Amino acid sequence: MFHNLQELRQSPSLATKVFIQRDYSEGTVCRFQIKFPSELGSRIERTLFEDTVKTLNTYYAEAEKVGGQSYMEGCLACATAYFIFLCMETRYEKVLKKISGYIQEQNEKIYAPRGLLLTDPVERGMRVIEVSVFEDRGSSGSSPSSNVSSGISQR
Amino acid sequence: MLQLGVAEPMRECEYSQISTRSSTPMETPYKKRTPKKRKWQAFPGRNKFYCNGRIMMARQTGVFYLTLVLILITSGLFFTFDCPFLSVQLTPAIPVIGGVLFVFVLGTLFRTSFSDPGVLPRATPDEAADLERQIDVANGSSSGYRPPPRTKEVVINGQTVKLKYCFTCKIFRPPRASHCSLCDNCVERFDHHCPWVGNCVGKRNYRFFYMFILSLSFLTIFIFAFVITHVILRSHRQGFLNTLKDTPASVLEVVVCFFSVWSIVGLSGFHTYLISSNQTTNEDIKGSWSSKRGKDNYNPYSHGNIFTNCCAALCGPLPPSLIDRRGFVQSDTPQPTPPTNGITMYGSTQSQSHMCVQDQCIQSTKFVLQAAATPLMQSEPVILTDEASLPGRTSLGGPCSGALPLGGQPTPPTSTPNLSCDNGMLPTRNDHSEAHHHMDGVHHHFLTPEEAPSPPGMLPCGSPLGHSHTIQGFYNPASQDSLHEDSVRGLVKLSSV
Repeated sequence: MFHNLQELRQSPSLATKVFIQRDYSEGTVCRFQIKFPSELGSRIERTLFEDTVKTLNTYYAEAEKVGGQSYMEGCLACATAYFIFLCMETRYEKVLKKISGYIQEQNEKIYAPRGLLLTDPVERGMRVIEVSVFEDRGSSGSSPSSNVSSGISQR
Repeated sequence: MLQLGVAEPMRECEYSQISTRSSTPMETPYKKRTPKKRKWQAFPGRNKFYCNGRIMMARQTGVFYLTLVLILITSGLFFTFDCPFLSVQLTPAIPVIGGVLFVFVLGTLFRTSFSDPGVLPRATPDEAADLERQIDVANGSSSGYRPPPRTKEVVINGQTVKLKYCFTCKIFRPPRASHCSLCDNCVERFDHHCPWVGNCVGKRNYRFFYMFILSLSFLTIFIFAFVITHVILRSHRQGFLNTLKDTPASVLEVVVCFFSVWSIVGLSGFHTYLISSNQTTNEDIKGSWSSKRGKDNYNPYSHGNIFTNCCAALCGPLPPSLIDRRGFVQSDTPQPTPPTNGITMYGSTQSQSHMCVQDQCIQSTKFVLQAAATPLMQSEPVILTDEASLPGRTSLGGPCSGALPLGGQPTPPTSTPNLSCDNGMLPTRNDHSEAHHHMDGVHHHFLTPEEAPSPPGMLPCGSPLGHSHTIQGFYNPASQDSLHEDSVRGLVKLSSV
C-alpha cells in the first residue's frame, strides 16, 4: 500500500490541490463547507463529492456531541483526576479513527479511479480537506491503481 | 558533508544528516541515533518538549517550578507537622481528605502544564499559497510592502465575527483562536498564557486548568483552616508562644495559605463566571461580547443557560492534539515551493533536490549580504520585501523544503521571516498586549506576596535580542541542510552585531 502511495505522490502528474475550508457558521464545531469547488467540476460528480463532505460533517458532529456519553466520560475522568486518559482512548479519538477508515475507503472506491486523493483533515490541523488533483493520464484515467490508500502519516 | 551536532537550548535535538544529492534519503552514513526525526523536534513554535515529545510546555518554566515547590512544601509541612496531631485529636479523615485533594491538585496541574493546549499546526506551503491566491484575487493586485490586515467575516448564530489572518501561521484563525506571542503558536479557544502552569490555557486543557485552581482553592482553604485549628488546640494546652516554638512550620503554612487563598479563590470565582457564560479570558478582557459594545452584541457561543455552559466546558468531548508531536517527519513527500505568481511548480524529488543546493547557495549568499547591509531588519522591511518578490523564490526555506519535504508537517514561515515577524507580531501584539497586561494585573496580587520572579516578557520584534531569537526560532526548525544552516548562522551573527 505504501509503495503505491509513494508512486502516486512522487509521480509528476500532480496538477493542483484544492482546499475545502471550514464552515464556521454554526460556531466552533468542526464542519466543512459543502460548496463544490469549480476545479473539480470535470473530475467528479457534484453529488458524490457533496455526500462525502456531508458524511464527514456528520462524523465530526458525532465526535463533538455534548451528550450522555461525553458527560459520563468527563465525570469519570474528573473523578480519577484525569489519570484515566493515560490508558483510555477518548470517544473523539475513536471517531477520528472511523473517519480515517472512511476516507481511505472513499479514496479507494471513488476518488483514486478519478485521479483524485483526499487527505484526512486531521493531518491539516482540521482546517481544510485537501483534495489532490492528479493530471488525467488519458485513457480511462485510472493510472493510480485501486489499491491506493489515503495519505495517512504514521502516528 | 558537514555533521551538525547542534544542541539547541530549547529542544536538544540533533540534526541527523539527510542527503540532498542522492535520490535515496536513506544514505546517511553519519547519523547518530534514530534515522528519522520526530515532529516535535521540527516544531516551529517556541515550546519545550520532554520525554521524547510526550510533554509539551512553554519556553519559560521557572514560575511553574515555583508553583510546584510552593504546593509541595506547604502540603509536605502540613502532612508532617499538623496531620499527626489532628488525626489523633480530631479524626484521621483529615489527612485522608488532604491527601486526596493533594493528589488531585498535582494531577490536574501536570495535565494542564504538560498537555497540548490546542495548538493549531501552521499551514502547509500549498495551503498558504492557495490562501494567498484567494486573497490576491479578492484584493486585486498586491498593494505594497506591508499587506493590509486580512480579515474574513462570518456570521455565527446571528452574530458577525471577524476571523483574522495570522501572518506567522499563515492561516485564518478559527473563531475564538488567538496567537500566543510567548509560545508563537495559534491556540484554539485561547484563554490566556499562564506562567504559573508554564503553558497556554486553551481548548484542550481549560478544564484541567479550572479543576486545578478549584481543587487548589479547596486545598488551600483546607490547610489554612486545619493549621489554624491545630494552633488553637495546642495553644489551649501549652500557650501560644510555646505552640509557635513547637510547630514553626505552621506559621509558614498560614502565611502562604493566607495570601494564596485570596488570589486563588478569586481566580476560581472569575473562571467559574467565565465558564458559566462560555467566555474566554481573552474575550472578557476585550469585552467582545459585552453589551457596552452595542445593544445587539451577545455571545454567540453561549448555550443559553449556566448549567449547559458548565457541562459543555467541563464534560464536553476532549479533542485530541492536532500537532502529532511523536509522529515521524516524512521525508519522502515532495513539497512544492510556495509560488508568487499563482502557478505551482511540481516536480520529482530528484530534480528539486538538485536545484535546491545550487539555488540555495545563491539564495543564502544573497540573504547574508542583505543582512549585512541592513543592521536592524525591522527598520527597513523594504529590502526584505524586495527579496521576497523575486520571482520563483520567495523563501529561503522554500528550496530546502523542496528537497527535504516534510509530508504533513507544516513548514515554518521561513519566507520573509521578518515581514511575517513584523506583521505577525505587531497586529496580534495589540490584541495580546492588553490581555497580557491585564493578566499581569490579575496575577499581580499574588505576585507580590509570593515574590514571584518578573513575569516572562513578550519578545518584542524591535529589539535585536528578540530579533535574533525570532530569527533563530524561524530558521532553526526550517532546514536541515548544512549549507543553509551555515548561512543562517552567519546571518544571526551579522544581525546581532
